[in-house]
Amino acid sequence: MSSHYPDPNVPQPETFAFTPEVMEQAKVFIAKYPAGRQRSAVMPLLDLAQRQVGWLSRAAMDYIADLLGMPPIKVYEVATFYTMYRLRPVGKHHVQLCTNISCWLRGSDDVKRAAEEVFGIGFGQSNDEATLEEVECAGACVNAPVAQIGDDYYEDLTYDNAKALFQALKDGKPVTVGSQIGRQTSCPEGGPTTLKGDA
Amino acid sequence: MPKLTIDGIEVEVPAGTTILQAAEQIGIEIPRFCYHERLSIAGNCRMCLVEVQPGPPKPAASCAMPVAEGMTVKTNSPMAVKARKGVMEFLLINHPLDCPICDQGGECDLQDQAVAFGYDRSRYTEQKRAVQDKYMGPLVATEMTRCIQCTRCVRFAQEVAGAPDLGGVNRGEHMEITTYVEKAIGSELSGNLVDLCPVGALTSKPYAFNARPWELKKTESIDVFDAVGSNIRVDARGNEVLRVLPRLNEDVNEEWLGDKSRHAIDGLRRQRLDTPYVRKDGKLVPASWQEAFAAIAAKVKTTSGAKMAAVAGDMADAESMVLLKDLLTALGSRSFDCRQDGAVFDLSNRLSWQFNSGIAGIDEADAILIVGSNPRWEAPVLNARLRKRYLTGKAKFAVIGEATDLTYKVDHLGTGPDALKAVADGSSPFAAVLKAAQKPMIILGMGALTRKDSAAILALASQVVDSCGLVKDGWNGFNVLHTAAARVGGLELGFVPGANGRDLDGILSGAEKGELDFVYLLGADEIDTKRLGKAFVVYQGSHGDAGAMRADVILPGAAYTEKSGTYLNTEGRMQRTARAVFPLGEAKEDWTIIRALSEVLGHTLPQNTLVQVRDRLAAVSPVFDEDTAVPAGKWGAFGVAGAIDAAAFESPVKNYYMTDPISRASRTMAECTEVYVNGNQKRKTGTHG
Amino acid sequence: MLQDKDRIFTNLYGIQDPFLKGAQARGDWDNTKAILDKGPEWIIDQMKASGLRGRGGAGFSTGMKWSFMPKEVGERPHYLVVNADEGEPGTCKDRDIMRHDPHKLVEGCLIASYAIRAHTCYIYIRGEFYREAEALQRAIDEAYAAGLIGKNASGSGWDFDLFIHRGMGAYVCGEETALINSIEGKKGQPRLKPPFPAGVGVFGCPTTVNNVESIAVAPTILRRGADWFAGLGRPNNTGTKLFCISGHVNKPCNVEEEMGIPLKELIEKHCGGVRGGWDNLLAIIPGGSSVPMLPKNICDDVLMDFDSLRAVQSGLGTAAVIVMDKSTDLVRAITRLAKFYMHESCGQCTPCREGSGWMWRVMERMSQGRASVEEIDMLFDVSKQIEGHTICALGDAAAWPIQGLIRHFRPQIEERLGRRAQAAE
Repeated sequence: MSSHYPDPNVPQPETFAFTPEVMEQAKVFIAKYPAGRQRSAVMPLLDLAQRQVGWLSRAAMDYIADLLGMPPIKVYEVATFYTMYRLRPVGKHHVQLCTNISCWLRGSDDVKRAAEEVFGIGFGQSNDEATLEEVECAGACVNAPVAQIGDDYYEDLTYDNAKALFQALKDGKPVTVGSQIGRQTSCPEGGPTTLKGDA
Repeated sequence: MPKLTIDGIEVEVPAGTTILQAAEQIGIEIPRFCYHERLSIAGNCRMCLVEVQPGPPKPAASCAMPVAEGMTVKTNSPMAVKARKGVMEFLLINHPLDCPICDQGGECDLQDQAVAFGYDRSRYTEQKRAVQDKYMGPLVATEMTRCIQCTRCVRFAQEVAGAPDLGGVNRGEHMEITTYVEKAIGSELSGNLVDLCPVGALTSKPYAFNARPWELKKTESIDVFDAVGSNIRVDARGNEVLRVLPRLNEDVNEEWLGDKSRHAIDGLRRQRLDTPYVRKDGKLVPASWQEAFAAIAAKVKTTSGAKMAAVAGDMADAESMVLLKDLLTALGSRSFDCRQDGAVFDLSNRLSWQFNSGIAGIDEADAILIVGSNPRWEAPVLNARLRKRYLTGKAKFAVIGEATDLTYKVDHLGTGPDALKAVADGSSPFAAVLKAAQKPMIILGMGALTRKDSAAILALASQVVDSCGLVKDGWNGFNVLHTAAARVGGLELGFVPGANGRDLDGILSGAEKGELDFVYLLGADEIDTKRLGKAFVVYQGSHGDAGAMRADVILPGAAYTEKSGTYLNTEGRMQRTARAVFPLGEAKEDWTIIRALSEVLGHTLPQNTLVQVRDRLAAVSPVFDEDTAVPAGKWGAFGVAGAIDAAAFESPVKNYYMTDPISRASRTMAECTEVYVNGNQKRKTGTHG
Repeated sequence: MLQDKDRIFTNLYGIQDPFLKGAQARGDWDNTKAILDKGPEWIIDQMKASGLRGRGGAGFSTGMKWSFMPKEVGERPHYLVVNADEGEPGTCKDRDIMRHDPHKLVEGCLIASYAIRAHTCYIYIRGEFYREAEALQRAIDEAYAAGLIGKNASGSGWDFDLFIHRGMGAYVCGEETALINSIEGKKGQPRLKPPFPAGVGVFGCPTTVNNVESIAVAPTILRRGADWFAGLGRPNNTGTKLFCISGHVNKPCNVEEEMGIPLKELIEKHCGGVRGGWDNLLAIIPGGSSVPMLPKNICDDVLMDFDSLRAVQSGLGTAAVIVMDKSTDLVRAITRLAKFYMHESCGQCTPCREGSGWMWRVMERMSQGRASVEEIDMLFDVSKQIEGHTICALGDAAAWPIQGLIRHFRPQIEERLGRRAQAAE
C-alpha cells in the first residue's frame, strides 16, 4: 500500500514537537498569511513535520492542529487528501516513478523493472533501503521517463541507466541529478534548435 | 426582484434566491441529497441539475445557482432528466443493494429518488466498493459502504452542532466520512445526524433493527426533558414508544432535537410504577387503587390542612398541578411549590420568569449575556440557536459563570456575581456593548436563580436591564432559561406558596421538624427526600425514583408520552403533549388520579373531563386559554436588593444525559454518560453496540 | 518559424544564469517603474490589445480577466494568485520558467498585481517541484534585496509582497478554486461558481488566478508593445507559446514557438520528427492529457492554436503535445489516463467520484480485451454522464480522452474485443 495511507501495524508515537530550528521555519510560513489565516500554513507545517521525522504520525497532525488552532479532523483531511504526505514511515530512498502517459510511452515499464530488480520490491512496497511508488505525472514529460527520489528528479531514464542509478543509490555512491544522458534540461537532445545565439 | 420562468411558470423571487428555492415556492420539487436548507450549500451530489437558459449548454446545480432576471429553467427537459438519471446511476453503482437489511428502508431518500428519477437497472458490472464502518458514539450507528458522500453530516457537525469532529478524508472514490480517530461525536445534538443522512449510512444505534416506518403509529407531541418544549413526533408500535423524532417548529426547535429528548425513551419502560403501592410495616407492597386511596384518606382525615403540602416535579403537566392545588387548597393547605430547586422569581410578574425575547428572538439579538447557565447542557437546541446567531457574526456574546465550551466564542466576564455587578454599574466593558446594542439580551439561568441570595441576584439582573436598556419599545431582552418543562406552567397557575404557605425550603424544614405531617409529591424526585422527616408522603409519578422510595403511598402516573398534558415552555408558550401509548399497567393519566382521589377525600373536584380541566386552567390564567392573546405585561423592578455571596454560579445540570427519572432509568443515557461524562471513549468490541 | 529575437523565454533551457544578473542582462527588470507609472488601466488595455489568452489551458483573455477585478479596493484587499501547479500530463513548461527564468515570473507578478490593485501575490507551486520552488524563492529573495519588490517596489510607490505556497500532490489544485482552498489550508476541492474568484477568492477577497506563463510573458509584452505580440500568430490566437513535445518523437523538448504553427512543423523542426518518420504516426494528444486525441490524418495539417484545435474537437490546452507512433497501444494509453483522473478526482461531486473509477475499470478490461463490443457505447454514454455535470472541469477532462479514443479509434477497440470473442469460441 502507498505510503500515503497509514499502516495499522506501525505504532503511533505518543507525542510530537517541532525542534526549535523547525519551529523557527514554521513561524516564517505562518507569517506568510494574513492575521487570523494561520490555518493556511497547515500544508507547509505538515511538510516540515514530515521532513523532521520522515512521516506524519497522528501525534504530529494533532500537534499542528493545536499550533494553528484548527480542529484535528481538518488537519487529517488535508494530510489524507494530498498524496505527498506520508502517513507511514518510508525507506531510506523514497523512489517515485512516474508511469503516466509521456513516461509510459518512453519506457517507464522498463524503469519500473529496473527498480524492482535493484531494490527487490514492487510498487507500494517498502524495505529499509527504499520505498517504491508509482506516482502521477511529475511534470517533466519532455525528459521522460522520470523518477523523483527525495526532492530531486532523475530524467531520461532507460532500463540500463536507471538500473545503474538505483544501484549507485543503494550502494551509497554519488549520483547525478537530472538527465541521465547528459542532456541540457528540456533542450532537444544534441543541442537546441532555437536560442543558439544567432539572433 | 428578479422574475424567471420555471417549467413555464413565471415566478418573482427576492434576489439571491436559488433556483431550487424558487422552484419550491411554486410547488416544483427538485430532487436533492446534499442540499439542506439549514446547512451551507455544498452542491456536490449533482442530483438537482436543471437546464438553465441563458447559460452554457450544460445543466446547472439548482441548489447553488442564484436566480437571475429573465432566466428560463427547465426541471424536466431531456437534458435535466438525462443528467439526473446519470447522477442517480452513479450514486447507486457503489451503494450496496441491502435495503432489506437497512434501517433506512422505507424512509430513504436514495430509495425514493431512485424510484422516482433513476433507471430501472444498473449497467455497472464492476466490483463494488466497501468502506469500513466508523465509531461515532453510542447513538449513531454507521454502515459507511452506504454513504453517498453528500457531507450533510460533516456540515451539520461543523455548522450547527459546533463539534467539528467529522470530516471527509482521502479523496476521489476513496473519500470517506469519518471521525478519523474512532471518537464519539462530541455533541448533544448527534442524533440529528441520523435524520440528516439521506441514506442508511448513519442510523440510530438504540433503534437499530427495531421497526419499519410503516409499522409505527406517529403521534405529534412535545418534549419535556428541558424547558424548550421542542416539538416532537413519537413513533410507537403497539404500546411501546420506539423512537422520538423532532418536528419542525421554526419558533422553538427549528428541526433539531437534543440527544436526551430523542434517546432517553428506553427509560419509559424501565423502573416504571405500574401499580399503586402502600407502605406496610416499613415495606412498600402492591395495592389496589382503592387501598391506596383509603390509606391516603385515613391520613388526611387526621391531619389539618395547615400541616399539608405539595411539591410538583419538573415534568408535571399543568392539568394535574391545577387540580392538586385545588384539592389541597380545599383541604386547607397553602403550602405548594413547583420549584424543586428553590428558584427565585417575582411571583407577581410573569416577565420575571419568562424568556421574554422569545427563542426566535435570539436570531435578532446583537449582544447576549449569559448568566449562571450552561445552555449547551440545559437546552442544547436553544444553544444551537445561539451558535447560529454567533456564526452570523452579528452578535457579541459574554458569559458570567462556568467557563465551558458552548461551541461558540464568548467573552468570559467572570464566574460569580461580582462580574454581574460590574455590568450593572457599568464598569465592565460588556456594559457598553449591551448599551450600544439594538437588541441586547440577558439570559439568566438556574445557576443564578437557585441560590440563597437569588433575590438579590434577580435585583442585580433587573438593574442590568435598566442600566443597559435591555427593555425597550418592541423588545424585551430579559430572559430566564428554565431547565424544567413544568416550571413555567406551575408558576403561571400559581403552584407556589399561598398566604402564610410554605415554599420548598419551608416544606422540607417543616417536615424535618415535624411541623408538617402530609406531603404530596407530584413527580418530584429532585428534592432531598431525607428531609421529609416523619411526614406521610404520597408520591404520584411514573418512575420508581427518589420520591417513590420515600413514599408511604405510591400512585402510578403516566409518562409524557402516555397522556395529553399542557406545558408552558421557557418562553411561556403553551403546548400540549399527546398520548402516543397507554399508561403502563395500572397507571393512569395524572389529572384523573387526583380527580378520583378528591372524591375519596370528600372534596370532589367539579372537573369530569379534560376539557373541563383545561377550562379551569384558562380560568386560573389566560395564558392557558388558546383563544386569548395575553398582553405582554408591564416591566417592573424585580428582586430584593441584599447581601450577595461572591461564590461562583454553577449550572444545576452536571450531567446532561441524566436529569430526571426517565433519563436515569435509560440504558442509552447510561451509556452516553459513560462516554461523554466519564470520558470512557473506548470503542466497545465484540458483540457490543 | 519564430525568430529568436521574438522569443520571450531566452533562457528556457537554463544555459545562462537564471538569477538576477543574468535576468537583467536579458532585459528583465529594465525600468519596471516606467511600466507601472502608466497605471493599471493602461496595463490592462495593453494586455487586452495583445490578445494574450491564458496559457493554463482555458484560453481566456488575460487582460479581460484582470479587468474583472473591482476598480476600487474596498474593505477586502485584492490578491493575485499564480497557478504553478503544473500537473497536466505532458506539460512541463512552467517548470522551466521557474527554474531557468524565474525573474520573468517575479516581475510579471509585480506588474499584474499592480494592475489588479493587489499588494500580495501567492505563487502556488506543485509540491513535487521542490528544486523549482528553491530557485524561485532565490529569485524572490534577490528581488526583495534589490528593492524590486517589497515596500515601494521598483521605486513605484506600490508595496508588493510575494509568497510561495507549495502544493503537496493534488492535480485538481490546478483548478483555480481548488487552488484557492488549498492556499487557505483546506482540501483542494473546487468551489461552486458563482461566486467567481474576482468577487470572492482567496480569504474571501477579490482574487485573480493566472497561469505562470501568462504572468511571465506580461513584462515583455508591455515592454515590446501589445502590437508586437498581437502581430505574432493568428487573429484571436496571438503571440508566442511554450510547447512541450513528449512521447514518440526523436528529440522530446520544450520550445517557444509562434501560435498557430503547424503541428507537423513543430515536431519536424524541433523534435527531429516522429520516431520512425511521420508516416509512423498513429495519434497525437495536442494539449495535455485532458484534450481528445487526434488521429494522424488530422495531425497532418492542423495548426497549433486555440481555435484551430477546437475546430477539430480537441483543444490547445497547455500546448503539451503527446506523440504516439504506431507501436502504441492506444487503449492502454487512455486506460492510463483514466487511472490518472480516477486518482486525482477530489471526490467531492458524484459523477466524477463514481464515474472516473467506473470508466477506468471498463477501460482496464478493454485494454485486456475482457469486455464486450456493446460496452464501448456504454462507456461513451457514461463519459457523457460525467461531462458537463460536475463542479469543475476535471470531470470533463476525465471524459474527453475516452471520447477521443472512441471517436477516432473505435475499430481498433472493436478489433481487440473481437479477437477475444473469437478466442473464446
